[in-house]
Amino acid sequence: MTEEKAQAYWKENIRTILSLLVVWFIVSLGAGVLFINQLNAIEISGVKLGFWFAQQGSIYAFVVLIFVYVYKMGKIDEKYGVSE
Amino acid sequence: MELQALIYIFVGISFSIYIAIAVWARAGSTKEFYVAGGGVPPVANGMATAADWMSAASFISLAGIIAFKGSDGGAYLMGWTGGYVLLAMLLAPYLRKFGKFTVPDFVGDRYYSDVARTIAVVCVIFISFTYVAGQMRGVGIVFSRFLQVDVNTGVMLGMGIVFIYSVLGGMKGITYTQVAQYVVMIFAFTVPAIFLSLQVTDTFLPQVGMFGQTAFEFSNGVQTIEKGTFLLHALDQSVNDLGFNNYTEPGSVFNMFMLTIVLMAGTAGLPHVIVRFFTVPTVKDARISAGWALVFIAIMYTTIASVAAFSRVNLIANVQNVDYKQFVNGELKKADGTTNDGNWFKTWEQGGLLAWNDRNGDGKIQYANGAAFAGKPAFDGTKTAEDGHRLTTNGAGAPTEAELKANNGIANEIYVDRDIMVLANPEIANLPNWVIALMAAGGLAAALSTAAGLLLVISASISHDLFGQVIFKDKATGKSTLTEKSELRLARGAAVVAILVAGYLGINPPGFVAQVVAFAFGLAAASFFPVIILGVFDKRMNKEGAIAGMSVGLTFTFVYIVYFVFMGGAKEDYLFGIAPTGIGTIGMIIHFVVAYFVSRATPPPPQEIQDLVESIRIPSGAGDAVDH
Repeated sequence: MTEEKAQAYWKENIRTILSLLVVWFIVSLGAGVLFINQLNAIEISGVKLGFWFAQQGSIYAFVVLIFVYVYKMGKIDEKYGVSE
Repeated sequence: MELQALIYIFVGISFSIYIAIAVWARAGSTKEFYVAGGGVPPVANGMATAADWMSAASFISLAGIIAFKGSDGGAYLMGWTGGYVLLAMLLAPYLRKFGKFTVPDFVGDRYYSDVARTIAVVCVIFISFTYVAGQMRGVGIVFSRFLQVDVNTGVMLGMGIVFIYSVLGGMKGITYTQVAQYVVMIFAFTVPAIFLSLQVTDTFLPQVGMFGQTAFEFSNGVQTIEKGTFLLHALDQSVNDLGFNNYTEPGSVFNMFMLTIVLMAGTAGLPHVIVRFFTVPTVKDARISAGWALVFIAIMYTTIASVAAFSRVNLIANVQNVDYKQFVNGELKKADGTTNDGNWFKTWEQGGLLAWNDRNGDGKIQYANGAAFAGKPAFDGTKTAEDGHRLTTNGAGAPTEAELKANNGIANEIYVDRDIMVLANPEIANLPNWVIALMAAGGLAAALSTAAGLLLVISASISHDLFGQVIFKDKATGKSTLTEKSELRLARGAAVVAILVAGYLGINPPGFVAQVVAFAFGLAAASFFPVIILGVFDKRMNKEGAIAGMSVGLTFTFVYIVYFVFMGGAKEDYLFGIAPTGIGTIGMIIHFVVAYFVSRATPPPPQEIQDLVESIRIPSGAGDAVDH
C-alpha cells in the first residue's frame, strides 16, 4: 500500500469515528446528563425524555453506533483493499 | 419443592457445566493460556466479554444503587455501556492489529521503554486486585445467603471453583466457561424482572413496563397512588412526599457529567476488558465483537434500570406503615387481597443488612428520607425486642420536628442495604421458589466469571510482562529467555498466588470495597485510556511524553482519591466541587496535556516505532497474536 493511500485511508477512518462520536456524545452526555432537566419537560405518555435517554435510549443508541461503525469501516476497508 | 433443595440443584448443575467446559478447553500453550489461541468467534467472544464485564456489582448492586439514587444512577448505566463505543472505535481494532498478549505489551513496545512497561504492569495489578477483592466478597455473600454457609466458607468455595477453570483452562477455558455463565446470568436476571414487570405494570417487557402504568393502588404513607398512574409519576410523587430527591432528576448535573466520563473512559481502559479483543482472529472481528459484547450487556443493563424502578415502588408499597409483627408473620393483606408476606424482611434482618428502629413506638415500620441509625446499624448481639425485631445500639432518637416537617410527618425508621435489593426482590414480590434459586445461580455466575477474567489478567501481567519481558529479558536480543513451557508454568503459579491473595482480600476485605472501585475506574481512565489512544492516534508521541503523562495523571488521581476518601478530606475542599469518584476525568485531561507538551519538547520516536504505528492503523495482515 502506498503512503498516500494509507494516509487517505486513515483520514477517512478518523472522519467516520469523529462523526459517530459526536452522536455518541449527544445521546449520552448531552441528552442524558447536561440537558436532562430541559428534556424531562417533554413528556410523551409517561416517558420523560431526558430520563429515558439516561436510562434506556443512550444504551440502544450505543449498540446501533457500534454496528454502524462496523458497517462503515467494512466499506472503507474494501475500498482501500485492506479487508481480510 | 423446598427452596434449599432447588438452590442446590440449580447451583450444582450450573457449576458442573462450567467445570466440564474447563476440562474440555484445557490450555496447552502460553498463547492458549493468554489469548485463547486468538481463535474465538466474535459472537462467543462478545458473550464472554459481557460475562467478564458484568460482575457481582452489576448483578447484585447496580439495580439497588439506581433504585436509591434514581436519575443520578444513570451515570453508571451510560458509563458502563458507552465505554464500549470508545473501545470499539478507538482501541480494540488497533490493539488487535498490534497483536500481542497484554496491555503492558503494547505500552512497553509502542513506547520502546521498560520503565513505561513496568508502570503499566503495576497499574494492571493494582486495578485488577481492587476489582477482584469485591468479586470474592460478592461470591461469599451469595453463597452465605443461599447455601446458608458462613461468608468465609463461601469465599473458599468460590476460590476452589475459580482455581479449577482459570488455572487449568487459562483464557481458552475461561472464555468458553463465560459463554455458559452469561446464559445463566441473563436468564437469572431477566426471568424475575419479567415477573416483576407483569406484577407492577401488567407489561411483559421490563424495558417497556418501566414507563407503563401501575397495576395496583398503593399508599406511600402520605397519599394513595391510584392504580393506572404512570410508574415514574408514582415514583416521583412518592419519593417527593417522603422527602427524597425526585427519581427522574439528577442531584448535581456537573458531578453526574464527570462521573459518566470517568466510567466511560475507565471502562475502555480496563485491562481485563481490553485483553478480550486480543482473542479474536481479525481486526474486523475485534470491531464486531465489541458490538456483540455491548448487545449482551445492553440486554442486562436496560433490564437493571427497570428493576430499579420496580423495586423502589415495591419497597414503598410493601413496608410503609405496616405493623412489624403481623408483617413478618405473613398476616397482612395488600389492597388487592394478596398476602404481603414480610418473611424476607426478617431474613435480611438476621443477615444484618436490614434494620428497623421503632422511633415513634407505634409498632409500625415507616420509610422516608433521613437516617434511622448513626451510620450502619450496630446490632446489640442477638437481642430482640418483644415483637421479634433485632435491637440496635446506635438508633436515632424520637423523630424531630424538622424531620417530620420535611418528610410530611414521616420519620425514617429503617436501614436498607442497597446490595439486597436485587436478591430480595423475588421474595418481596413473592415469586416462586425456583425463581429465587435461579437468582442464586445467576449471582454466582456473575461474580465467578469476572473474578476468573481478572485473575487471568493478573497472572499474565506477572508471568508474561514482569518475568518474561523485564526480569528474564535477554539484553542482546530483546527476547525473553524463558521457554514457553516454563512461562506457562509460571503463569499457572502466578494464577494460584493471585487466587490466594484475592481469597484473603475476600475474607478480610479492606473496609472500603465500594470506594476502591472508584479507584479502579479513575486510575484506568487516567492511565491506560489516554496512553493507548495517544499511542495509536499520535504518531509523534514518544516515550518521554507517555511516561510523564502516565505518572502525572496517575499521581494526581491517586492522591486526590486517597486524600478525600481515605484521609477524611472535607467536601468543601473539593477541586471545583468535583467528587473523588469523578476526578479521573481531570486526571485524564492532565495526562493528555502533559503528554502532548513533553513529547513536543523531546525528540520524536525512532523510525521503526513510527512504522509500527503506521502498520497498526491498517487492518489487513493482523495474523495471529504473536509470541516474542
